[in-house]
Amino acid sequence: MGEFLANIGNFWEFLRHPLGGLACLAGGFLCIVSAIGVLRFPDFYTRLHAASVTDTSGAALLLIGMALMAPNWLVLVKLLCIFIFLFLTSPTASHALVNAAHVAGLQPRIGPVGAANPEDEA
Amino acid sequence: MTAAALIAILIGMVLLLVRALMGPTLYDRILAVNAFGTKTVLVIGLLGYVMGRPDFLDIAMIYTLINFVTTIAILKFFRYRSFQVPLARRVDPAKGGE
Repeated sequence: MGEFLANIGNFWEFLRHPLGGLACLAGGFLCIVSAIGVLRFPDFYTRLHAASVTDTSGAALLLIGMALMAPNWLVLVKLLCIFIFLFLTSPTASHALVNAAHVAGLQPRIGPVGAANPEDEA
Repeated sequence: MTAAALIAILIGMVLLLVRALMGPTLYDRILAVNAFGTKTVLVIGLLGYVMGRPDFLDIAMIYTLINFVTTIAILKFFRYRSFQVPLARRVDPAKGGE
């Protein structure tokens, strides 16, 4: 039984670095996707949707990938702290941002798809 | 693979900087800067892994909190044009509340 557990432990030691690398790669891909969305979406509220992809999936995947590759427990605890901080603060910041924009009277762009963008003419 | 992820995030940061510079409204710029800060946290953490020094995570931890405080402070400043206004509405006792 002990030998079996040791085998599983060795296998996990062998497997966790590629798994962590893959998770980091997926997180980086999501970061690029969300940045392209922020750059190309037509108005503020849709850009916010694109930016929240980084705040949730991108950050979570990258932190999970880093946690899988963690050399010791202290690094794991630090990553957990970053995870908790990030997932407490980024929804709050997004909410404050949208609330400020809404109170200031920023209207979402509505109309048929492909209509001329008033920002382009300005 | 961490290096590839690092480069991917850096490309994303450049695209966000473009949006922050040409954003038509103030809120687009704040949104871009906020997302830029989140990506900075991830870059600092990944940089520690790439350079073999995961102690960088301490800096990333602090940067998370500073980023949040910065966003709220900028929003408050552009709402009230001052840092000294309280966020909660003060109740006037002479008028008996709101």
